[in-house]
Amino acid sequence: MGIRFILMVNKQGQTRLAQYYEWLTLEERRALEGEIVRKCLARNEQQCSFVEHRNYKIVYRRYASLFFLVGVDNDENELAILEFIHLLVETMDRHFGNVCELDIMFHLEKAHFMLEEMVMNGCIVETSKANILTPVQLLEKTS
Amino acid sequence: MAMHGMRGLSIFISDIRNCQNKEQERLRVDKELGNIRNRFKKEKGLTPYDKKKYVWKMLYIYMLGYDVDFGHMEAVSLISAPKYPEKQVGYIVTSCLLNENHDFLRLAINTVRNDIIGQNETFQCLALTLVGNIGGREFAESLAPDVQKLLLSSSCRPLVRKKAALCLLRLFRKNPDVVNVDGWADRMTQLLDERDLGVLTSSMSLLVALVSNNHEAYWTCLPKCVKILERLARNQDVPQEYTYYGIPSPWLQVKTMRALQYFPTIEDPNTRRTLFEVLQWILMGTDVVKNVNKNNASHAVLFEALALVMHLDAEKEMMSQCVALLGKFIAVREPNIRYLGLENMTRMLIVADVQESIKRHQAQIITSLKDPDISICRRALDLLYGMCDITNAKDIVEELLQYLNSADFTMLEELSLKAAILAEKFAPDLSWYVDVILQLIEKAGDFISDDIWFHVVQFVTNNDDLQPYAAAKAKEYLDKPAVDEKMVKVCAYILGEYSHLLARRPGCSPKEIFSIIHEKLPSVSTTTIPLLLSAYAKILMHTQPPDQVLQNQIWTIFTKELRYESCIDAEIQQRAVEYFALSRKGAAVMDILGEMPKFPERQSSLIKKAEDAEADTAEQSALKLRAQQQPSNALVVTDQHPSNGEPLPVFVGQLSVVKAPNMNNTEDHSSTEQVLSQENGNLSQVDQQPPSADPLSDLLGPLAIEGPPGATVQYENSAVSGLESGPDVVDGSAIVPVEVGTNTIQPIGNIAVRFHALCLKDSGVLYEDPYIQIGIKAEWRAHQGRLVLFLGNKNTSPLVSVQALILPPAHLKMELSLVPDTIPPRAQVQCPLEVVNLRPSRDVAVLDFSYKFGTHMVNIKLRLPAVLNKFLQPLPVSAEEFFPQWRSLSGPPLKLQEVVRGVRPMALPEMANLLHSYRIAISPGLDPNPNNLVASTTFYSENTRAIVCLVRIETDPADRTQLRMTLASGDPTLTFELKEFIKEQLVSIPTVAQAPTPAPPAAPPTPQIPPNDPAALLTDLL
Repeated sequence: MGIRFILMVNKQGQTRLAQYYEWLTLEERRALEGEIVRKCLARNEQQCSFVEHRNYKIVYRRYASLFFLVGVDNDENELAILEFIHLLVETMDRHFGNVCELDIMFHLEKAHFMLEEMVMNGCIVETSKANILTPVQLLEKTS
Repeated sequence: MAMHGMRGLSIFISDIRNCQNKEQERLRVDKELGNIRNRFKKEKGLTPYDKKKYVWKMLYIYMLGYDVDFGHMEAVSLISAPKYPEKQVGYIVTSCLLNENHDFLRLAINTVRNDIIGQNETFQCLALTLVGNIGGREFAESLAPDVQKLLLSSSCRPLVRKKAALCLLRLFRKNPDVVNVDGWADRMTQLLDERDLGVLTSSMSLLVALVSNNHEAYWTCLPKCVKILERLARNQDVPQEYTYYGIPSPWLQVKTMRALQYFPTIEDPNTRRTLFEVLQWILMGTDVVKNVNKNNASHAVLFEALALVMHLDAEKEMMSQCVALLGKFIAVREPNIRYLGLENMTRMLIVADVQESIKRHQAQIITSLKDPDISICRRALDLLYGMCDITNAKDIVEELLQYLNSADFTMLEELSLKAAILAEKFAPDLSWYVDVILQLIEKAGDFISDDIWFHVVQFVTNNDDLQPYAAAKAKEYLDKPAVDEKMVKVCAYILGEYSHLLARRPGCSPKEIFSIIHEKLPSVSTTTIPLLLSAYAKILMHTQPPDQVLQNQIWTIFTKELRYESCIDAEIQQRAVEYFALSRKGAAVMDILGEMPKFPERQSSLIKKAEDAEADTAEQSALKLRAQQQPSNALVVTDQHPSNGEPLPVFVGQLSVVKAPNMNNTEDHSSTEQVLSQENGNLSQVDQQPPSADPLSDLLGPLAIEGPPGATVQYENSAVSGLESGPDVVDGSAIVPVEVGTNTIQPIGNIAVRFHALCLKDSGVLYEDPYIQIGIKAEWRAHQGRLVLFLGNKNTSPLVSVQALILPPAHLKMELSLVPDTIPPRAQVQCPLEVVNLRPSRDVAVLDFSYKFGTHMVNIKLRLPAVLNKFLQPLPVSAEEFFPQWRSLSGPPLKLQEVVRGVRPMALPEMANLLHSYRIAISPGLDPNPNNLVASTTFYSENTRAIVCLVRIETDPADRTQLRMTLASGDPTLTFELKEFIKEQLVSIPTVAQAPTPAPPAAPPTPQIPPNDPAALLTDLL
């Protein structure tokens, strides 16, 4: 299955974006987000970017006030996911220009579009920034 | 805001952002939901733009964690909007809000299909993505051919085909039959010739799914994968857009090597040689570079290459190259690389021939074990566990033991279990094994499961040479001042069995051993006391010739001193009574109390458990702790065994329904012994019985030979019913309703039992749960009492909003000193409580206690043991004193008589003891009829002052369930209240009905234990 979910959470623990690739009920999501956010936010910079949680792993990366948390299967290549997070951030950077928490918050729909171009069904579908951004740009043109 | 017009959405998001607290946020969200619902209701005039805006708001609200239970239809309906912006919103929001089983999704299936087979490729992409993310079986059956066509179409652009590939992957997972193996192997092979790396990336994910299901069918894909890998690794013809920090798509490289790991071997020598050359290139060519992203990306590829090399059973030289690389990684400071080095080294352990070279890194791994990062320690622990063998077990286990002192508490359970297993598996000598386990119990008693100590007991039992050593060690540990309760259990057990082997050593006389054990009795819980009683009985039997002083001392414990004969705990009581009876028979019953026979040898036990549970040991332990420490908001049904036998739902932070059989804190010692003795092969003597109903009957199995057949069943029934009805009846006698509020936490031990025990003694635990322990110590003088409440915080974080309120009944004046609002971590505060008894009454004072832990408010109402009998003083009287008073108090209301029925049958001495335990003194010999009891006591209250009460109980030897009771005192209220009080005690206390000779008939050896029973679980293990 690969990627199970992608969360963007600020350092106060508020969810800014949540995309799940397996169905969880709202209660399950709330509980899960609470637990892993607590676990990851408590870690410091000297610690590794991987947290084992239940029967999967969280690969996470922090950018300023925002944490990107990706839940993956235990046998997933952790570093590849870690750099995939960076690719996502660079892609958003290319679109928004120095992306920040507010961009994602107020342009939730665009963040979702980009993510949808990059991940599908828990698998990476595209890694070329130009290809990822084409449909987003198309949308801007048509609306 | 610079959004294309969705101003309302921006305003809403800013409003939410400006909310000061969760409550404000909720209000704003509710308002918005109301607004959206209204707008949706009058659909007329709702433009596609409006719909789009509202649907985004819904998604935003849903993301914040609020339920959005309407508007799904509107989201789905946007899918059929003609314009791209609306359609896109419809597709994206639908795939976030709905799951594959949602009915509305079926409604959209036609629109989705039309978009997929239509001419508009952006629509095709949207539709394929939706199906790829949430398509179910129904989609699989109706859409698979169309999706396959798109994937293979030469006229379709890559942007559609890459989505078709992952869409097909989803459909294949929903129904593997949609991909016909015969046709698809060739097509898949062709697909891998694709030049577009986007299509190739998705197709590779599809291939991984297909080969993991059936690698034989896709063997023609293997050379293609090697080609792709070669192209990428050597950076041939890779477009700039797919190069990440100079590395040609690391994700595709990783995925390709993953696909290759699903083929068991590579037979074609050319392909094999090419692949090894590429792998060698990766292994040698990956350098550490300054740029973090580049470094991570190249190491992502390197670690995948290592995994592939391991899988391919490479030549020895290449393997040692891998070990050398990993050895380098586990020594770096960079935590990610170190973590992955440890993880991959653990995987490497399965490769033959490299274990020795891994062992050379032991010291380095131990450094990581002590890393403050729990992720890293966990990897190090796993690796140490995996690499341990007979040559290094001593070093590794000792490191683990040492690490126990400083380890993160979430690690303790896993750590101690692993240490225990390694000690057992690779012990160079058995005494070392015993040392390790005892150290484990000492250092992490709370975190080790019972099986660990059961196991050491088995080992000692089965190894004669070990017994004196174990006994000496047990004595040593028990001699220490503060001993963990589990330690008391195991030491008491071992000393009970084997301390006689030490008899000639200094300080090890039976009397000394006994007093060492007995010293611990006041501090242990009721579940441990039975083990201590067994030890006493065994020590007594081993003391030959009998030591009169010791015998009297122990008999006093069994009968009077600690009043176990009338103890509220049926288990303790039963043992006390039975051991007393048995030990009085002297040498005749030596065999029964002799050493336990050997356990049947079986293959590894704990080990199996650990291996079964390997995957989630850590998680389970974390779960367990979380359940104890910070109940959160998801409901979980757990398999609890609280002492009242009723499974209760417990709240813990957990996603799904889990079973956590070990979560109960009231360890069931009885099943312990049951198992021990069943394991011992006594089964043929043991009657089939409900677990924990009567562990003693099989403990004392051989006795059956003497007993009348058929008695056991009745005997057990009475014990069971005693256990069950006991607390209820006790509760019934309370005038104030007592309950454990609406709490979601689990009290440890039975509150009613604890209360009842405290009615009889003056200090002990009133209440305990995972967070707090409330103890009581009381002193009574005439009509006054001084209680001290000990409020102990068991946790490492403070308990806040602590409140204690006394609800005194009318007859008690009670004053509680100030209770602090916060109890610091691991601290105990004492709160004195003054009590003055104004007049006789059976009403009970209640302590209304609440505290907050985390977000959880806990409120408990507890009866306080400031009960009538506390204001009594036993007063033995002579015949000269008794009769004149008895005669002067004639008739009601000063003298009351009642025939009491439904009395728990008990022998006269037992009843005497019971009265004595309530501070009513028996005056033996005053009544000429041996079936009657005469007793007296002095009652104190402010109104009545000291006042004498006289009691006469006439029993019927033919029917022990009824008796006639006469009470007399100078105060009518007192007479009535005391009569009722005694009556309650006579009818409510669970006692043993029959003489203590459990007599199982010659039962067939059928150890049928319910499968979920912990004992059964253990039997499997042992």
